[in-house]
Amino acid sequence: MSNYTKKQVSDLVKGDLDWDTLHRMLSMPKDKDRYANYVAVLQDQVSWDDKIIMPFGPHLYLAETKKDKKLVTKCACGHEYGDYKKNWKLNALIYVRDSEEKMQEVYPKLMAPDTSWQVYREYYCPSCGVMHDVEAPTPWYPVIHDFQPDLKALFDWLDLPAPVNA
Amino acid sequence: MTKQENFSVETTKPGSLLSSGLTLNDHRNLILQRTEKTGFYNGLERLDFKESDPIGYERIFSKLRAGLVNSREVAKKIAASPIVEQEGELCFTLYNVAGDCIATSTGIIIHVGTMGAAIKYMIQNNWESNPGINPGDMFTNNDCQIGNVHPCDIATIVPIFHENQLIGWVGGVTHVIDVGAVGPGSMSNGQVQRFGDGVQITCRKTGINDTPQRDWLHESQRNVRTPKYWILDEKTRIAGCHMIRDLVEETVREEGAQAYEKFATEVIEDGRRGLVSRIKAMTIPGKIRTVSFVDVPYTHEDVVVPSFAKIDTIMHAPCEITVKPDATWRLDFEGCSRWGWHTYNANPVAFTSGIWVMMTQSLVPTERINDGARYATEFRLPKGTWTNPDDRRTAHADAWHFLVSSWSSLWRGVSRTYFGRGYLEEVNAGNSNPCNWLQGGGINQDGEIHAVNSFETAACGTGACAVKDGLNHAAAIWNPEGDMGDIEIWELAEPLLYMGRTIKTNTGGYGKYRGGLGFETLRMVWGSADWTMFFMGNGYMNSDWGLMGGYPAATGYRFEAHNTGLLERIQEGKSLPLGKDGDPSLCEFEKHLGPDATVKRDKQCITTESIFENGDLYLNYLRGGPGFGDPLDRDPAAIAEDLNEKFVLPEFAKKVYGVVISQNKAGDWSVDVKKTASRRDEVRKERIARGKLTHQWMEEERQKILDKEASVQVQQMFASSFFLSEKFLGEFKEFWDLPTGWELKEEDLGIPMFGAVHHMDISELPDVHPVIMTEQ
Repeated sequence: MSNYTKKQVSDLVKGDLDWDTLHRMLSMPKDKDRYANYVAVLQDQVSWDDKIIMPFGPHLYLAETKKDKKLVTKCACGHEYGDYKKNWKLNALIYVRDSEEKMQEVYPKLMAPDTSWQVYREYYCPSCGVMHDVEAPTPWYPVIHDFQPDLKALFDWLDLPAPVNA
Repeated sequence: MTKQENFSVETTKPGSLLSSGLTLNDHRNLILQRTEKTGFYNGLERLDFKESDPIGYERIFSKLRAGLVNSREVAKKIAASPIVEQEGELCFTLYNVAGDCIATSTGIIIHVGTMGAAIKYMIQNNWESNPGINPGDMFTNNDCQIGNVHPCDIATIVPIFHENQLIGWVGGVTHVIDVGAVGPGSMSNGQVQRFGDGVQITCRKTGINDTPQRDWLHESQRNVRTPKYWILDEKTRIAGCHMIRDLVEETVREEGAQAYEKFATEVIEDGRRGLVSRIKAMTIPGKIRTVSFVDVPYTHEDVVVPSFAKIDTIMHAPCEITVKPDATWRLDFEGCSRWGWHTYNANPVAFTSGIWVMMTQSLVPTERINDGARYATEFRLPKGTWTNPDDRRTAHADAWHFLVSSWSSLWRGVSRTYFGRGYLEEVNAGNSNPCNWLQGGGINQDGEIHAVNSFETAACGTGACAVKDGLNHAAAIWNPEGDMGDIEIWELAEPLLYMGRTIKTNTGGYGKYRGGLGFETLRMVWGSADWTMFFMGNGYMNSDWGLMGGYPAATGYRFEAHNTGLLERIQEGKSLPLGKDGDPSLCEFEKHLGPDATVKRDKQCITTESIFENGDLYLNYLRGGPGFGDPLDRDPAAIAEDLNEKFVLPEFAKKVYGVVISQNKAGDWSVDVKKTASRRDEVRKERIARGKLTHQWMEEERQKILDKEASVQVQQMFASSFFLSEKFLGEFKEFWDLPTGWELKEEDLGIPMFGAVHHMDISELPDVHPVIMTEQ
């Protein structure tokens, strides 16, 4: 197993890691301490003090609040979406590309879906406008709750103490 | 581990093939019983051989694995079909006595499971007594009701004996170029039932004493359009199987039969533990929900099928992945839509075996992939759905069309857990839907009856990673060793000249890291007679999504041109369309055609056979992959490169990536970083201005549902899933807060419903005992 420095993990997150190291990461067994380095790197990138438990996306986090140890979904800008067990998308802004005109804002004619078959749903942060996700379902499709982590089991795997409210 | 295989507990009967005296079926059932009881393959709580003699264990594995790969590389040179010889569409796999895979070669490793299912079918249906299993036998199978993906994957299966005792099996599969379906080409459409999907062979004994039976040779060759390729493909499979059989016999001589037998069992438990270990090392326990769709646009006039199949439908594949605390996992496809009258249905084995092709590209990138991984995985594929049809009439020629789409969503889902753990290098936004499939047939440039299936699809764009762009025109999910093939070879194999082959602009999904781009080849029919072609791909819908803010790849479109006047224009030295259709709205090709040309340029990407004369054009557009992350996070320098490489059109660089760009006199693009930062701030504000609170939007969407305001195909998809799954219906109604009495039924949509109510499963045939390896 290879081990990597926090600097290397930071370069990975930034997309700046050299190819040789990246290739080693791909081809060698995984480094168990990646998680600790990773969340430390992510923590350095945000301006708030709540503790990052894991990211749900490049700008979206599961965090433990400093004040009362609640587990919430939170944007990098600080916007909170509420309890991490609830689908954050329901508290986001949505923009639905449901017409040819709206589709042609993002793809050339003939290269986007026909909106009587499929729409694009873009989910934005209400505070900073970052796009956290794009769904591409049929009309009527329920909003997908992508991921519900089992934190107790994860921290058991990691041999680390779980958040108190996990 | 929960039970995965239904098995009967019968009184042990005397058998002659095994030293234990058990029949093959009893032997297999005992393995299943021990596995179910203990959670370990065959009850192996300890790997005695591996632990006591690790070098001996590894020596056997390395020898067998190297032999499998070597046999594939040698045998494929026998084939003449470019699908096999150029694209590597073949695979050899070694099985233990029970039909569980020990090790496999490289290549189309989906067949780890499909050939295993065929062996298990022979075991369960007592091939032991009739037609008998003897040294030197060969069995041929491509039956989709047994587990084959599609009829064109022909498997040769050879039993391996030591001192007159069966010690295992070897299987070889090649993707043949034609199986005599209604539509020419290996993955054709036009047919909508098995009766028209090409010749299907059910574990038939086709060889004795290492020699193919003459009746088999005569019968099989005349049932396909391309007998030359058929014959050489079979020789390829036989040669590879016999090389591997020799290797196993040699290994047994060197290591002893007992050691080999122990190895052949332990290695599967080892494989099971390997998957568990990787799940624990890389993923996050919990629930992941994902979904995928595929358009089946059959009402169009260019799709000629029976009237009961002339409906627009949508394949629906929702999946709930549960990664359990014990690091096994369950994949539940509750809510899938029904099978249909088209060639995209799939057998459960095709599904469950196929996902390992994908997983070997991320979760288990190891040569140790074998049936152990399956024993660590629970699959639930509800009966009656497109991936577990309850009717023996279903067609499967292009099962991949649905399979790859549903797997793309799995890749996206599992990537969420890699991302959460910090293994960004493993994240993949998904795969492209590898299409278009250029297919057709008739009389070729050599005056022979012919059929084609261009495998340029083997090199589509890949999905973006969380640290880098997807690869351009590089791979396909079903064969990790992607290769688009040499133009010169395709021109020998097909009466189609290349007018150009070039990267396809704007096909990679946008994102912080963009999806890999696809490519396009413009083909002109030349030298043929009585030639037809058709299109096969996605057009009205995307089957991939982006990940974490990335966009899906571009959808497909169709371009074909007839009566082009090109042969005259060539003689007259006039301009020609040379393959780049950079912005389809500009209709570049049409500027170089004669005045009487008729052009079809639209989103109808599935058609059935239509006539192409010499000089006609066909655009083969191979798709791109989906993107990762918010496009506004993309490095401006990368966008400048995209522009200069013609990977993205300037209009969309500005609109999607929010860059401020300029072009110098030499035509080079550059991005103004400072102005771009400012513009991107504006774009974010525009998003906030145009966005609605999701709860508010849901009220509007709910009203559309109450008003039944959606296309027929969307309603048919939901109605078909609701009919098969009360759970999915209940969740749908709960999410949208619909009244208790709300319902949506197919019979209210005014469309044909053949197969929706009346059907007949393969298990209803006399003396047929299907092998069931999933919950259903």
